[in-house]
Amino acid sequence: MKDAVYRSHVLVCTGTGCSSAGADSLQVELEDQIAQHDLTDEIKVIETGCHGFCEKGPIVVVYPEGVFYCEVGKKDIAELVEEHLLKGRVLEDLLYREPVTEEQIPSYHDIDFYKKQQRIVLANCGKIDPENIDEYIANNGYEAAGIALTKMDPGEVISEVKNSGLRGRGGGGFPTGNKWEFAYNTKSDKKYIVCNADEGDPGAFMDRSILEGDPHRIIEGMLIGAYAIGADEGYIYIRAEYPLAIKRLEKALSQAREYGFLGSDIFGSGFDFELHIKKGAGAFVCGEETALMASIEGKRGMPSPRPPYPAQKGLWDKPTNINNVETFANIPYIIYKGAESFNSIGTENSTGTKVFALTGKIKNTGLLEVPMGTTLREVIFDIGGGLTGDNEFKAVQTGGPSGGCIPAGYLDLEIDYDSLLEVGSMMGSGGMVVMDEDTCMVDVARFFLDFTQSESCGKCTPCREGTKRMLEVLERICGGKGASGDIELLEELGNHIKDTSLCGLGQSAPNPILSTINYFREEYEAHIEDKYCPAGVCPELAGAYMIDEEGCVACGQCARACPVDAVSVQDNEIYVIDEDLCISCGACEEACPVDAVTQG
Amino acid sequence: MSEISLTIDGEQVKVPEGTTVLSAARKLGIEIPTLCYHPDLTRHGACRVCEVEDVAHNRSLASCVTPVIEGMEISTRSRRARKARRRNVSLLLANHPNDCLGCDRSGTCELQEIAHDLSIRTREIEKYEGETRDITPDKTGPALKREPNKCILCGRCVRICEEVQGVSALQFSNRGFDSIVTTAFDLPQSEINCANCGQCATVCPVGAIVEKNEIYHVWQALEADDKHVVVQTAPSIQATLGEEFGMEPGTVVTGKMVTALRKLGFDRVFSTEFTADLTIMEEGYEFLARLEGNEKLPHITSCCPGWVKFAEHNYPDLLNHLSSAKSPQQMFSALAKSYYPDLTGIKPEKIYTVSIMPCTAKKFEKDRAGINGGPLKDTDAVLTTRELALMIKEIGIDLNHLPEDEYDELLGKSTGAGTIFGTTGGVTEAAVRTVKEKLTGEPLERLELGFVGVQDKEIEIGDRTIKVAIVSGLGNTGELLKDVREGTSEYDFIEVMACPHGCVGGGGQPLPVDKEKKDRRAEGLGSIDQAKTIRKSHENPMIKKVYEDYLEEPLSRRAHRLLHTEYRRRPKN
Repeated sequence: MKDAVYRSHVLVCTGTGCSSAGADSLQVELEDQIAQHDLTDEIKVIETGCHGFCEKGPIVVVYPEGVFYCEVGKKDIAELVEEHLLKGRVLEDLLYREPVTEEQIPSYHDIDFYKKQQRIVLANCGKIDPENIDEYIANNGYEAAGIALTKMDPGEVISEVKNSGLRGRGGGGFPTGNKWEFAYNTKSDKKYIVCNADEGDPGAFMDRSILEGDPHRIIEGMLIGAYAIGADEGYIYIRAEYPLAIKRLEKALSQAREYGFLGSDIFGSGFDFELHIKKGAGAFVCGEETALMASIEGKRGMPSPRPPYPAQKGLWDKPTNINNVETFANIPYIIYKGAESFNSIGTENSTGTKVFALTGKIKNTGLLEVPMGTTLREVIFDIGGGLTGDNEFKAVQTGGPSGGCIPAGYLDLEIDYDSLLEVGSMMGSGGMVVMDEDTCMVDVARFFLDFTQSESCGKCTPCREGTKRMLEVLERICGGKGASGDIELLEELGNHIKDTSLCGLGQSAPNPILSTINYFREEYEAHIEDKYCPAGVCPELAGAYMIDEEGCVACGQCARACPVDAVSVQDNEIYVIDEDLCISCGACEEACPVDAVTQG
Repeated sequence: MSEISLTIDGEQVKVPEGTTVLSAARKLGIEIPTLCYHPDLTRHGACRVCEVEDVAHNRSLASCVTPVIEGMEISTRSRRARKARRRNVSLLLANHPNDCLGCDRSGTCELQEIAHDLSIRTREIEKYEGETRDITPDKTGPALKREPNKCILCGRCVRICEEVQGVSALQFSNRGFDSIVTTAFDLPQSEINCANCGQCATVCPVGAIVEKNEIYHVWQALEADDKHVVVQTAPSIQATLGEEFGMEPGTVVTGKMVTALRKLGFDRVFSTEFTADLTIMEEGYEFLARLEGNEKLPHITSCCPGWVKFAEHNYPDLLNHLSSAKSPQQMFSALAKSYYPDLTGIKPEKIYTVSIMPCTAKKFEKDRAGINGGPLKDTDAVLTTRELALMIKEIGIDLNHLPEDEYDELLGKSTGAGTIFGTTGGVTEAAVRTVKEKLTGEPLERLELGFVGVQDKEIEIGDRTIKVAIVSGLGNTGELLKDVREGTSEYDFIEVMACPHGCVGGGGQPLPVDKEKKDRRAEGLGSIDQAKTIRKSHENPMIKKVYEDYLEEPLSRRAHRLLHTEYRRRPKN
């Protein structure tokens, strides 16, 4: 049967973000409406992966025009079909509006969020149907694998990757080509290749989106890696909390097997490769490679000392190479376009692009990909659109829960592996949490440490006992019971834990605390010495409310709103708040019609 | 293998590639404290108490797990290294009960010793004060008591149980500060597949796993006017008790031990070796019967209660291969409450039987269902070597300065065949000696069986070749038992000892312990066998007498009632 030719394609984003915003019902509605207008033979609806602009989801793109509709609801579908698909008129109400000029922008290439991006890893995300291998192939998919397996020997593949300068996108930034070379050089009758998709950072969804939006890219990257190091078996270790990614990966694996991209004698090269999915139970520490391997083997996810490195003695004691999702996703591009093309992007020591998950107090929450060397300012203000409510920028935390908080003074920092380390943070897997003036940095430090402490595997003393002690000190400070010497104790323990912990989790867990002490020491001091939380976040330390005598119109709304009867009237004229009774809930401030209530 | 050069505290040293920084330092006589490290177990790298600084690479590292690399400049004494160790020890102590004076391991606790050696002071611990672990101790076990609040999560118990014993009764559970070592599903100690071998207790550096102490009950009996307290000492004790008093491992202290027991007030001091000879008679005849085709081969020994329980959990289908003969401890106690009252006229109710054992599983064995020959408990109390030493120390005796004395005669005399029950291979050798002489009238040459892992031997008995295998350490039983299960085993006789090295490596022996020490204990024990004149159980005049007087012949009705028992299937959790 000949494939039908459609005059229009409607792409509905079904990434986890858009799905949870209601995209699932859109597709059914679209197909219904298209059928009602008898357009089924002319218009095709396609589910795609993540477009990245999650803030504006659900997203629908209509081709060939490339019109970008955002925040599309089920109720909009009838009009969209009738106006755009039937009459050819763009539905202006659903277009993205430029926040300042309010100008409506029909094509997404013209939206600021996309303008500064350069998409290698995310090239297909949002463009193709991730559940259809033909669409991947149509975008040059599996060509790189074909080239590698039939025209290059493993050594050539490795040197191409080395020349590209690609560094591991999972955290440490170790050169990928060198890692492959170690595994290649270890002689063994059996080797494994593993993809680390145990993305566990709070607020991070880079790997998930890639797996949901373009699963074949990972399979192809792993196939090339397996050929390079001589592995005939591989595992994708993925969190069980990513059901959509798992479903699409499973589908992609069976399609790849069907097409002969997995199995025996791939591309007639004589090379065999099989790939399995291993679902993880959601322990953050299983992102650490030795713990991950233990987990695949069915053991408790606990890191072990290195050496021996996985390349020497990995899964079931066999040489093993582990890379993260984004690292593998870069491989097809490097082989297909060549190392030169890749290393011309980015900075000298950090080549290529990096995907970031931008969250926090930011207008354009979403997933973006920029060349290494892009500044924090460009990411946060140009792409991210600035802070919500146009609040003042205070800090950005990069690198996941173990990253550091970078203050405004470094907004022009060019992002790469080394520059982030220099300012006390790290690349990590690419989480980026933006904080504004209403964020308490002590509370932020407490939040992240609470996460790493409870996700510690409990094996080594400094991480198990030390992070708990640090957390107790931070809780004390936030609770108004901080004492002099607490900052020094935090620094002592933080440095000690970094210095002596067994694995990367412990070695980086103190970063949020040490970096906030470094850049926001006065906030700690205010908490400890003045018993005051400048951001007004820590409930025990938030200042009492006061009523401005001049402004007060004696309407009494504050007194009625106060849940603890701390507001009383004096001389029937003005209202006053009893500081001792005030619990700083802010109800009076909200109730005041003339803004006479302020927090002290 | 190539050599690596590095400096440690300024001294140049060359060591083979793969050597850890810790062993390189120890070669130079530089001591670095360790807790999770144990020479007989895999490297763990958890406690971080062995931190040193590599100045050349500007890093702090755990010396027990870090292999040397060319050009390292290790300082074990720099401020960074010293502080790292102090802080990690202080962090451990800040989450530890620190009620050292009342702890079972006071004086033998490795954490206490390190805190002492590093002169950690209270203010350093208080600096890290905060929440402490609060978990109820598990005292439900028949032989072992666990106190998780004392646990420092070094994982030595987890590793020995899994790597050496293949039991995996203990594992890590929970995360972060809530991490603990516990049983599967947090089941009580009494309900798990633990063999009670006590290997965990021998490697625990603190008081988190200890044997159930029975000293109090023994003192009560000794101090009661109407009790006649008899004690039996297991073969291996004479080669290990000395360590508790500062002697070299393997020093034989039989005579001094007998004196000490008399001073403690025991009315009669007997050796378990006598009933070891009896076990050999009973088991030897049983084996003969199997050889003659009445029962299934291979014949598997049952004198080790750890092994028996392990088999009940994991190989219930093979229980009919196990000898029905009770262990020497239980044979002794059965006779002590039947034959011995007949001989002495003392009423069985007045007799209190104590056994000194190298073993924690013996505490479990004495209370097994169906273990008693009559209405009374055959064995009233079991003390480990360590508990006996505590009692001797309590009354102010230094074993070094005691004169030697002889066992009491009646149940005391042994052949030396019984003595080597205490090492692996001993049971087999003793049994085969007896069987060979019974069948052929010819003596058996020394088998020279070693002490480690799995060994086998072929023995010509008349026109028949007997194939024996000896295995110690439960983790080594897998292959052998798989063959038995599948009916493909080539062996006629298999001896199993739960503990690596057999009883000299038992769970109740002096601490601390490693392979090297166990070797020396075994050598000490072997030297006793060589020195004895009668070395065949059936030539022991006391054995001849007990059959003539009381038991009639091996496997008689009475022997069956008193000296044999049954086994049962147990769940696998």
